[in-house]
Amino acid sequence: MADSATHAQPSSTDGQSRRDFLLYSTIAVGAVGTAAALWPFVHSMNPAADTLALSTTDVDLAAIQPGQAITVVWQGKPVFVRHRTEEDIALATKDDSAELRDKMADATRVQKPEWLIVVGVCTHLGCVPLGQKAGDPKGDFGGWFCPCHGSHYDTSGRIRKGPAPLNLPVPKYSFTSDTTIRIG
Amino acid sequence: MSGFQTNNKVISWLDERLPIFSMMQHSAIEYPTPRNLNYWWNFGSLAAFVLVVMLLTGIFLVMNYSSHTSLAFDSVERIMRDVNYGWLIRYLHMNGASMFFILVYIHMFRNLYYGSYKAPREVLWWVGIIIYLAMMATGFLGYVLPWGQMSFWGATVITNLFSAFPVVGQSIVTLLWGGFSVDNPTLNRFFSLHYLLPFVIVGLVVVHVWALHTVRSNNPLGVEMKGEADSIPFHPYYTIKDLFGIGLFLMFFLAFVFWAPNFFGEPDNYIPANPMVTPPHIVPEWYYLPFYAILRSFTMDLWIIPAKLQGVVAMFAAILILFFLPWLDTSKVRSAKFRPIYRQFFWLFLVDCLVLGYVGGKPAEEPLVTIGQLGTAYYFAHFLIIMPLLGKLEKPKPLPASISAAVLKEKA
Ligand code: HEM
Ligand code: FES
Repeated sequence: MADSATHAQPSSTDGQSRRDFLLYSTIAVGAVGTAAALWPFVHSMNPAADTLALSTTDVDLAAIQPGQAITVVWQGKPVFVRHRTEEDIALATKDDSAELRDKMADATRVQKPEWLIVVGVCTHLGCVPLGQKAGDPKGDFGGWFCPCHGSHYDTSGRIRKGPAPLNLPVPKYSFTSDTTIRIG
Repeated sequence: MSGFQTNNKVISWLDERLPIFSMMQHSAIEYPTPRNLNYWWNFGSLAAFVLVVMLLTGIFLVMNYSSHTSLAFDSVERIMRDVNYGWLIRYLHMNGASMFFILVYIHMFRNLYYGSYKAPREVLWWVGIIIYLAMMATGFLGYVLPWGQMSFWGATVITNLFSAFPVVGQSIVTLLWGGFSVDNPTLNRFFSLHYLLPFVIVGLVVVHVWALHTVRSNNPLGVEMKGEADSIPFHPYYTIKDLFGIGLFLMFFLAFVFWAPNFFGEPDNYIPANPMVTPPHIVPEWYYLPFYAILRSFTMDLWIIPAKLQGVVAMFAAILILFFLPWLDTSKVRSAKFRPIYRQFFWLFLVDCLVLGYVGGKPAEEPLVTIGQLGTAYYFAHFLIIMPLLGKLEKPKPLPASISAAVLKEKA
């Protein structure tokens, strides 16, 4: 730096590439550092530990008669528990071979055929479909009907008609006894 | 910064160190403005006025609002019933949001009519679109805060739009929610952002006005100012006219606040949010309806692209396309006054937006679905086909030599 002549004339390609190297490595370190500093802020918006901890729900099935359904809350979302009738099950397995948008056999969606357990959130834009209560519309396929933009689900919770792309998802659950399940 | 002169020693001492008075003099007093602006040029200052109303009423609402899911709804009801003049502050804020959009929509259609987005005002136009996007975000976030049924389900449907994106969609939605559904973490962050964004808008407005003062106002004739005779100083001519506009606007605004405060609202939002029950007919706020109609008009999967993704992409594209308008419009003539054919298409486009808005507010049933699809097709055709072709095919009427020439001829 003392020699101002070389400073004014950066003709040596050697010095130039050294400066370039310093410039680019500074930019690279700065970029990685900024990204690393940003991540905690972004990740702080993801579900917190206590939110994640509230992630199981126990359900007693004993009082639900065939043809009835209840809605339970799991992770802040409604979960549909439907005690299917023989006709419901027959319809669902018959339709395994029907034209399905999101192809899944009924048998892969249940652990015991009489109990259908699905997350009650329309896969279109997240409304809660109707069909849980006795007077509700159940759509063209005997399952659920989403009033928001008209999606129809069948007795296996599969999407059959309307804008939703996917079947109602089956949450992870296990039978903790003959008549109780734990979701999550 | 020539014109500023004062005998006041304190003011000139300050001005030499921070030229705040020179700046005011330059950009709000002397600022040369076309002499022929009509009342459609009032809407920018009106929008700025409403922005200030929103900031003030918002800050006072926050003093009594609680952003927890178990308290939010009741805290807003308390504002309405118990807080002194709380009802007034909330109704000003609630209706102010609708006014803001009415004014900005008029402002935007004014620009479409007079070709104000064309060179050299492209960047000015862009900043305006960014302000509009920020307003839409702010309005959406604010509508969630009272935590009624529409708040909750609006938030659910809109955040779920992001799940349409392949691979990362669901992770984005979880990140937005901070959980597995719209819940307390969601309400808290929406509150934080709803407080932040209006101040971002203020910053954007400063940039908008900066760009405006660089390129100067367009005018109903669409020809640039050429000399002294074409312009008048902003003060007192337009300060007075803008104030007069604010007076008229306040009558309109306050008529809603006092006599029809829930005109723009949805009764369902006076029912506390219930994550287990979706209201039978959910609609977004009126100012989003045309875009909601576009979103819903895609009902068939195309090849591997699901209908849902098509709808979301089209909805965003409907706004983003505005950024390209300065180049999609190939006509050299700005004002529709001299473009007899464009003038008709302008009105058709306006009608199309109103039709889309109507369809967006109704349940998705025939024949409205088809009407919405035709409306969507026309919306994009207007920008992608009509605007580029019209500029080439249409024969504009002769332009006046200058603003003053045209104005004086009219007088004569
Ligand atoms: C661009 C400006 C703004 C717009 C467009 C806007 C829009 C809205 C809307 C549509 C609502 C829902 C009103 C309702 O239905 O109850 C709302 C609520 C609210 N806003 Fe804003 N807002 C703006 C600025 C602000 C600011 C600057 C603050 C705070 C500093 C704020 C604080 C609040 C609060 C606390 C609520 C909840 C109380 C209520 O619902 O009435 N807003 N806002
Ligand atoms: S959210 Fe169910 S059909 Fe749109």
